[in-house]
Amino acid sequence: MLKIRSLKSYYESICVLKAISLHVGRGEIVTLIGANGSGKSTLLKTITGLMDRVEGSILFEDREIVGTASSDIVKQGIALVPEGRQLFSPMSVMDNLILGTYPSYSIKERKNLQQKVEWIYELFPILGERKKQLAGTLSGGEQQMLSIARALMSSPRLLLLDEPSMGLAPKIVENIFETLMELKEKSDLTIFLVEQNAKLALDVSERGYVIETGQIILSGDRDELMNNKEVLRAYLGGE
Amino acid sequence: MPIWNEKFETMPHEELEQEQLERLQQTLGRVNRRVSHYHELFNKIGFDPLEVTSLEDLRKIPFTTKETLRIAYPYDMFAVPLREVVRMQSTSGTTGQPIIVGYTHNDIDHWSELTARVLTAAGVTKDDIIQISFPYGLFTGGLGFHYGAELIGASVIPSSDTDIENQVAIMRDYRTTVLCCAPTFAAMLLEIFDEKSVTPAELSLSRALFGAESWNESFRIEIEEKLQLSVTDNYGLTEVMGPGVSYECEEKKSLHISEDHFIPEIIDPDSGEILPEGEKGELVLTTITKEGYPLIRYRTGDITSLIAEPCVCGRGFIRMSRVLGRVDDMIILNGQNMFPTQFEQILTYVVGKIPSYQLLVDRKGNIDQLEIQIEVPQDIFNDEVKTLNRIERDIVRDVKEKLDFVPKVTLVEPRSIVRKMKQSRVIDLRKTE
Repeated sequence: MLKIRSLKSYYESICVLKAISLHVGRGEIVTLIGANGSGKSTLLKTITGLMDRVEGSILFEDREIVGTASSDIVKQGIALVPEGRQLFSPMSVMDNLILGTYPSYSIKERKNLQQKVEWIYELFPILGERKKQLAGTLSGGEQQMLSIARALMSSPRLLLLDEPSMGLAPKIVENIFETLMELKEKSDLTIFLVEQNAKLALDVSERGYVIETGQIILSGDRDELMNNKEVLRAYLGGE
Repeated sequence: MPIWNEKFETMPHEELEQEQLERLQQTLGRVNRRVSHYHELFNKIGFDPLEVTSLEDLRKIPFTTKETLRIAYPYDMFAVPLREVVRMQSTSGTTGQPIIVGYTHNDIDHWSELTARVLTAAGVTKDDIIQISFPYGLFTGGLGFHYGAELIGASVIPSSDTDIENQVAIMRDYRTTVLCCAPTFAAMLLEIFDEKSVTPAELSLSRALFGAESWNESFRIEIEEKLQLSVTDNYGLTEVMGPGVSYECEEKKSLHISEDHFIPEIIDPDSGEILPEGEKGELVLTTITKEGYPLIRYRTGDITSLIAEPCVCGRGFIRMSRVLGRVDDMIILNGQNMFPTQFEQILTYVVGKIPSYQLLVDRKGNIDQLEIQIEVPQDIFNDEVKTLNRIERDIVRDVKEKLDFVPKVTLVEPRSIVRKMKQSRVIDLRKTE
């Protein structure tokens, strides 16, 4: 579904992603683990067309998306749940959800809107209860749910999640991941997950990549990564 | 025909290439960071692993030779600290300093998976009883197959290098269904069966997997006929992993290379030039998943050719033809390249079974000379002189016809040629001049 080959991404003249190659198959959950500043978020920004200078190739469903506008990338079926949620705090839960459909908003889409919102409230009942509440007044966990829900409003086939566990209590993180797993099972959604919490990420993923200073240094299925002494030491608290 | 790992073994080529590129980039980065030989080499030639954008870029890197690995003895080619190594195996050292190979936990898992592929492709299942007659210990054959066989759930008999009579007793009493061994071992089995009048009907053998030495099609036919079983070939070498690099399926036409773990190339052994698909040359392998002992463009010394055409079994990997011989064993007689296996075919045809033989090469004046010493079975050896003369004549005639060279043929008594497993069949006296 997503195929990245020898991708380089720059902040002005500084190359921050160096020869990244990775792929995510349809229906898979693939995780990218790495420390702070290793390039995880930059990679997601690059995939979603938010970086100015990019070299290499990103194929989404066999179509090249390097150079494509972010709004078109969303229309093609990729949605990002950004790090730190990035909600519109002064707007209501409902309005935040509607904004998730913005790139593909049309009269036809408008008819489906209510249906989609109802589906979201089924997935995250708490959002239904607080649909009129301002996003900025929600708890951290609820905000994360809203951020995911907003991404789902564009009916993506590939969901990119940037550090969804950040700053949340373990129980809430567990709930969010359970919902995501349920969603993946029901809707054949593909997930590319970026996490610092390697244990959590690998637990829910089939495969993973490890990024260090802008380079992919390792890849493998969950067990391979969990058996790798380097991963154990650096990310899983092993010796 | 069952396939052990459907996902990778039948993966479309385009997807496989993506996996290979990802794994190659990671391996090149790893050896650059962790193995001083590669770090210095990359610096010297101005090669930056981060500039690798396609599999073709691999060609910019010089070959790794056995000599490099010997100089690095014991641990200088390891890419992980010793505390991450869970196993060490080594080459026999028959031709020089042995090479020690370190495996991490993941390497052992991959190796088990690879030998499970070999066994499954040969038709082995969890219901089989596998007798592994490769030596256990530093040699990779025994333990390599052992782990793969356990992974598929078969019952493993690690008979190792127990003496051959005991092996036969085990085979009969334990009702062994699959034999993993070197072809030499199978040839010895035939002799023992003859001596002791053991018939295949007394045994439960249905399959044999040959590896570790080169052998030929006539030998397959002979063994399959006399032991009433199916024989498949497999290939591997300690430096790169051990058994599991490539394997025949039940089509028995060529060996599937596990390309998700190894990138193969064929080169001209003299010039180092990459040869096109189908041409015979030296096999060069790059490991793309190994953590402990990764190798980049390793010259295996084995002569084969690559076949891209897909196999009817459904596996998508590129295939290699049966190993024709070793580059070290390649004999250049008056400017013409020949391999022991070519002589083997002729000898098997004339003598009626694969004989034990040795090739002695010398030079008189400017002309190369070849003496073929062949053990002939006792009954033939005791036969009339005219029978022996006929055999000699037939061999000379066939070698002349097929290889355009007139050799001297010497028939010797059984068991007079002493040869250890993997030892060369060629003694080149020109090299000692």
